[in-house]
Amino acid sequence: MRLQARFRWLPTPFRSLFLFMVWLLLNNSVSVGHLVLATIFAILIPILSFSFRDPQPLILKPGLALKQLLIVLYDIVVANLQVALLILGPSKKLRPAFIKVPIDLTHDMPITILASCVSLTPGTVSAEVYPIAESLPEGEEPTQRYLLIHVLDLKDEEALIKQIKQRYEAPLKEIFQC
Amino acid sequence: MISEWVVSILLLFGGTFILIGSIGLIKLPDFFMRLHGPTKATTLGMASMLIAAMVYFANSGHGLSVKEILITIFLLITAPISGYMLIKSAIHHKLKAKEGTKGLDNVEDD
Repeated sequence: MRLQARFRWLPTPFRSLFLFMVWLLLNNSVSVGHLVLATIFAILIPILSFSFRDPQPLILKPGLALKQLLIVLYDIVVANLQVALLILGPSKKLRPAFIKVPIDLTHDMPITILASCVSLTPGTVSAEVYPIAESLPEGEEPTQRYLLIHVLDLKDEEALIKQIKQRYEAPLKEIFQC
Repeated sequence: MISEWVVSILLLFGGTFILIGSIGLIKLPDFFMRLHGPTKATTLGMASMLIAAMVYFANSGHGLSVKEILITIFLLITAPISGYMLIKSAIHHKLKAKEGTKGLDNVEDD
């Protein structure tokens, strides 16, 4: 895991790239003026806002991150079809459940991404991360974190936990190297 | 001509998904299950509607417009967050889950 970027003037390289793209998309143009302005914003905004944030792990495997993004997009489409079928089917047959998934990630950013992936993919909505950060004594790190998720139709708890860990958590650990 | 077909199919597809998400809001028995509709079914519905808008404007002489990609990205980022805030406040208010919900003891008080 690396918290510090290689260059001091570029504390979060991928966020800069993202800002650059967003500016060009917003203006819907690639003229020289907008390219220059986008570059200025992409460098200035992260520098100015960096000191307000807790340092978060950097993306160290961009190729893998792109691959994971495509997997999640595919899963979103599948999730939508599945949930649509579940909603249209008889509601009495649904077996809702709360389950706790043990997670090994330690920083807010990867956990947020994991929780969002879980929310967007088949039949699950993430609800809470245990232990709750505010309930811990100041400065103490929990030994094991859990992600509480609500499942619309639970078939096999073990298999679901295994699937979430393998499909979403393992690649995130690779990407952030933590 | 082909683009018209693409636009209509995408619009119908998106509309169907948003409709199904809304049906879920009425039909499902408890709050936690109702949340599944809006967090998922609507993201795909909105995405296909926005792609339809992109295809339509690209073919109507206004030039290629890519802002819709931005809207899609923002929707994808914010949908799970709003779902999370809703379910967190539901747990905080101790809303009753449907009878027979498994693993209720996994929910801790805060």
